[in-house]
Amino acid sequence: MDGQTIKTLVAIFLAAILTENYVLNKFLGICPFLGVSKKLDTALGMSCAVTVVMVIATAVTWPLYTYLLVPGDLGYLQTVVFILVIAALVQLLETVLRKFMPPLYNSLGIYLPLITTNCAVLGVTMLVLEKGAADPSFGYLQSLVNAFGSGVGFLVAMVLFAGVRERLEECDIPETFRGLPITLVAASLVAVSFLGFGGVVDRLL
Amino acid sequence: MATKKSGSLRMEFTKGIIRENPVLRLVLGCCATLAVTTAAGNAIGMGAATTFVLVCSNAAISLLRNVIPGKVRIPAFITIIAGFVTIVQLFIKAFSPALDTALGVFLPLIVVNCIILGRAEMFASKNKVLPSILDGLGMGVGFTAAMLCMGTIRELLGAGTVFGIPILSHFMEPVIIFLLPPGGFFVFGMLVALAGKLSKEGKAPEGVGCAGCPLAASCSKLTEKETCTKNMENWEAAE
Repeated sequence: MDGQTIKTLVAIFLAAILTENYVLNKFLGICPFLGVSKKLDTALGMSCAVTVVMVIATAVTWPLYTYLLVPGDLGYLQTVVFILVIAALVQLLETVLRKFMPPLYNSLGIYLPLITTNCAVLGVTMLVLEKGAADPSFGYLQSLVNAFGSGVGFLVAMVLFAGVRERLEECDIPETFRGLPITLVAASLVAVSFLGFGGVVDRLL
Repeated sequence: MATKKSGSLRMEFTKGIIRENPVLRLVLGCCATLAVTTAAGNAIGMGAATTFVLVCSNAAISLLRNVIPGKVRIPAFITIIAGFVTIVQLFIKAFSPALDTALGVFLPLIVVNCIILGRAEMFASKNKVLPSILDGLGMGVGFTAAMLCMGTIRELLGAGTVFGIPILSHFMEPVIIFLLPPGGFFVFGMLVALAGKLSKEGKAPEGVGCAGCPLAASCSKLTEKETCTKNMENWEAAE
């Protein structure tokens, strides 16, 4: 692996966290972002589980699509195949964790069933293929790095937002805005701060 | 009897539009709502696609409700939904490539839109075909209406146009941030607050609509864990 490849991989990783943040720039995985970010430790557990599943799902669906669906002219089955593969993988991961790593299961396992219908996971498996179609040099390794970066980006957004929400709990909020509305306005402000990263990664290359 | 029946059928249809609006009251499917509402036209396209999937999957699941074993119902529902999503995807790709580009990855992602799985689990798997179809139609119309509302506001303020027709652009500079992600969160927050204020309860929902989610059972474990840690903290504080 030469220096240029490593440089590109670092850029892909950073872009996935900062400029293409799944939650704050692409609106994927909003449900856990708004639902599970009340407490820092649950936010952390959830995003770790999402990161793991994102990487494993991409590792499985990418070769499946490239070497099985495309040569067989079955590209239109993408949606059906991917969602079933992700559902099966999550189930498998849960069983394996429960059997072999009970402590890890206790801290991460409860989040796993929720991830099956998480649009960020299905989204990352499809978006890396879209990127690969647009740019032939975006291969398997780049896809995996992108998936991992997206997971870390999700984690960063969740943890930052959990901090914001803990502060919000002590604020005196007008009655109409209590609950979800003020959470969304806070999310809007966090998203503004992420707009500031625009262009940072392009300058790196 | 007959009037009562048609009245309840009408209820199944209308409840989704205002009282139980999936976006503003039940807070389901927020990803799609936030992402594609940068223009009013996209909102309608997405709404129509989702409504089609919702009606078809509700009908199919309601027909199969006595055949699908309870234990594997979620994967079965997801497969049925994914089938209909693929139909919509191919249809839009063939007849409106521009809409296909605008909706992008959010078109296949209809499959994980919690409105659809939520209605399948909460309604279609327990009710007859006709009420299920009407329920799907009502929810779909409610979803489309809420998205159209959001799309119009964002397009009007962010680009000065509605459906591409210039309206505000003669009077003011468009406020581009409304087209960017922060604007989406902001407008959604304002609309949820407004809908909450106008509703019977007079307040906005606490969080996202987990009650409608088929995975609520495993999520409740999460809440248990949260209360558990809270109790622990209280107990430690008391010590």
